[in-house]
Amino acid sequence: MSWIDRILPSGVRKETGERRSTVPEGLWKKCVKCDAVLYRPDVENNDDVCPKCDHHMRISARRRLAIFLDAEGREEILADIEPIDRLKFRDKKRYRDRISAAQKATGEKDALVAMRGNLQGLPVVCVAFEFAFHGGSMGYAVGEKFTRAAQLALRERIPMVCFSASGGARMQEALISLMQMAKTSAVIERMKVAGVPYVSVMTDPIYGGVSASLALLGDINVAEPDARAGFAGPNIIEQTIRQKLPKGFQRSEFLLEHGAIDMIVHRNDMRDTLARLLSKLTNFDLVADPEAEIDDEKEPVEFIPDEQDD
Amino acid sequence: MNPNYLDFEQPIAELEVKIEELQLVGSDADINISEEIRTLREKSARLTEKIFTNLSAWDTVKVARHPQRPYTLDYLPRVFTDFDELHGDRHFGDDHAIVGGIARLRGRPVMVIGQEKGRAVRDKVMRNFGMPKPEGYRKALRLMQMAERFKMPVITLIDTPGAYPGIDSEERGISEAIAQNLAAMSRLATPVVCVVIGEGSSGGALGIGVGDHLVMLQYATYFVISPEGCANIIWKSTANAPDAAAAMGVTSSVLQELGIIDATIPEPMGGAHRDVDLMAERIQAHLVGQLERLEQIPLEEMLEQRYQRLMSYGN
Repeated sequence: MSWIDRILPSGVRKETGERRSTVPEGLWKKCVKCDAVLYRPDVENNDDVCPKCDHHMRISARRRLAIFLDAEGREEILADIEPIDRLKFRDKKRYRDRISAAQKATGEKDALVAMRGNLQGLPVVCVAFEFAFHGGSMGYAVGEKFTRAAQLALRERIPMVCFSASGGARMQEALISLMQMAKTSAVIERMKVAGVPYVSVMTDPIYGGVSASLALLGDINVAEPDARAGFAGPNIIEQTIRQKLPKGFQRSEFLLEHGAIDMIVHRNDMRDTLARLLSKLTNFDLVADPEAEIDDEKEPVEFIPDEQDD
Repeated sequence: MNPNYLDFEQPIAELEVKIEELQLVGSDADINISEEIRTLREKSARLTEKIFTNLSAWDTVKVARHPQRPYTLDYLPRVFTDFDELHGDRHFGDDHAIVGGIARLRGRPVMVIGQEKGRAVRDKVMRNFGMPKPEGYRKALRLMQMAERFKMPVITLIDTPGAYPGIDSEERGISEAIAQNLAAMSRLATPVVCVVIGEGSSGGALGIGVGDHLVMLQYATYFVISPEGCANIIWKSTANAPDAAAAMGVTSSVLQELGIIDATIPEPMGGAHRDVDLMAERIQAHLVGQLERLEQIPLEEMLEQRYQRLMSYGN
């Protein structure tokens, strides 16, 4: 903030803040990975994936939901949940001011956006993290919105999909943030018991408290290509073990190799793949329906452990 | 500086040195000397009380990490009897940073699971300084599920600088291991009582910290990120850790006021390490009281209460 901004009355300053947040709409966009200068409509038509190097660019929560859900019939839910500064946390700045700044910059109340809608006709509840809001960190508002969205999915027995992108628990809400890990995990466990599918899609980056709770508890865990995901950040690990980390450490491919996720899905294929998966999972609910021909839908069985044991 | 005392305790340390010196001199039963010792003792007690009633958040962090702070293995024989340690996660290995097994609490069989930092250097290395790896959390889960089958209450003792941040930890899925514990503990069909005995650091602590009753020892601390880590991110310097500790509210008094923890067990004057037996006695009394209370509640109701409590965090 320049000195002139400091002395301006807050009403005037607000305007400049909003202007700063709006990215100038040029016709060209540079890929942060391969440095290629790209024609913006090409990038947008490709779900914000670089047409040259296939880098999955970071996108907003709303953009994520827009490219994932059917255009027809999607509506935002739980939009009224606001962050609470119960600790009156203050460091160099007040947390309250940090929240207001993030709200102005992103237009979101906190770091999670929830919608209900359809995925190729299949009703779903879908939440997406807004990484631009405080690094997608999870405090009360994120935990509460996730939990209530899950409770809606439970009540209506429709699948839930979560796109996570987060630096972890939000420091400024201290233990309240930590407890959101327990809270979200508990509601996911209820979905599991009730047989309501929950698919977690990890997008770059996922760390800390979000990784160690809702992001890895999916019936199916998916990651976008080359997303970074782990419990401890690479810097912390390097400081602890005093050695360089191997190439590709904590990337999606690393997670797949080590058995943490079921598959890596390209953003272009996300809708089709998840619709395919969820339609099969939800057919299990419809077994009582005599018209259902679930056998045709079943994947070929490759491995039956019981036979081996006998 | 006396290494057995923290920086803010040095005035107490000086008095204690004087008392010790006088005791050596006073072997010829000089009445004036024993009188003097008595006065100094009183003075020391008053000073200790004064210092400890005004502990800052950062001072409390230091007490919680005091090198003489009692650990899980100090409490096990004092709070419980008949402890049999059970090892291994049945998948990869046995993590010595988490100790678990079956014991009796005033006669009643219980499953005890605690994080152990280790005392002597070799011991600390063996215990990985109390930083569990995935196999530690998975061992804990295995034991908790066993407790559920045999209708034993679970008691967890939390004391960790955090889950281990290392390559092997990540390879074997530390996030997933913690997340699974959070989910499983939310509906474990047996009473679960969690006690923060020292340092409760973030997800590594929470990984054995979900239950029906969460209690902290008076000078234990519980935080989402270490004050040093928080200071490093916000102030770009660990020198601001005291500010971070104060801002995050890491002490039992703040956390009870916030409704995060259910109770606080008072520590002996000057901290648990000054009188481990007394501390253990108080922990035992608290645990017995809580288990009696929880066992009055029908199981389904207890689980619903646990769930609603989790849902209420932050409201």
